Amino acid sequence: MFQPQFFRFGSLMDQLPEFQRLRREMNRLFTAAPYGMDFPAINIWMGQEDAIVTAELPGIDPAKLDISVVNDVLKISGSRGLGALREGETCYRRERSSGPFTRTFQLPFSVEASKVEAKYEKGILQIVLPRAEADKPKKIAVKVA
Amino acid sequence: MENKSGQIEIKRVATPAEAEPRVAPKVFTPPVDIYETKEAFVLVADLPGVDDKSLDITVEKNVLTINGMVEALSYEGHELSFKEYDMGNYRRSFVLSGEIDRDKIAATVKNGVLHLTLPKTEKMQVKKIQIH
Repeated sequence: MFQPQFFRFGSLMDQLPEFQRLRREMNRLFTAAPYGMDFPAINIWMGQEDAIVTAELPGIDPAKLDISVVNDVLKISGSRGLGALREGETCYRRERSSGPFTRTFQLPFSVEASKVEAKYEKGILQIVLPRAEADKPKKIAVKVA
Repeated sequence: MENKSGQIEIKRVATPAEAEPRVAPKVFTPPVDIYETKEAFVLVADLPGVDDKSLDITVEKNVLTINGMVEALSYEGHELSFKEYDMGNYRRSFVLSGEIDRDKIAATVKNGVLHLTLPKTEKMQVKKIQIH
């Protein structure tokens, strides 16, 4: 008697984005994954037809960015140079990270590589990865005898 | 707004929840590089998501404040399923020394990176003394 009702309450919690956010935050706190250590930091937005990957990459040359997709694996690599100091210049603070970087992600579906679009704006990279047609779920019609 | 009877009309919002943002925006401290050239100090800050319209730089007395506003991204029909970074505003303040010419501070933003040039006043610039 108690069990089904308890689960119903659980599914209600899932519908509220605020609870989802809290749950994710808790998961993040207790996972040993090295969050925040990799550059660039990325976010992944999942939709029915595609996935959107955004990355914080301020101050890079988009032409030198290398994005590749093979099946369900996305790879972003590039390098960020901050410019060496010239003679007579003194450095007081160096907090911004620099150097080459590579990040690889596996998505839960195959990607239509020819339709991938990437945009770089205000230091944020956005990649739209459409789901491959062959990988989309198929609806099965139920025949009534 | 003033109506005919001279009374001041107070605009009312239906609920307090509509008047206030539900969650206070997060504020981050951006990483900066600071270096000194012969003529100026240069401050470089990473502000991804900020452009010239959403950036506010103020100098009050001897405090320089950088305020960058970021609109939270969201895509319709998409759920944020993996998150490594959070979106929010940027704020950071710096105390300026007396050797900076406050009227000549110049700023540019490109690809989410702020370049702030803080020229030294003329009398503070290194002068070469010629020996005759």
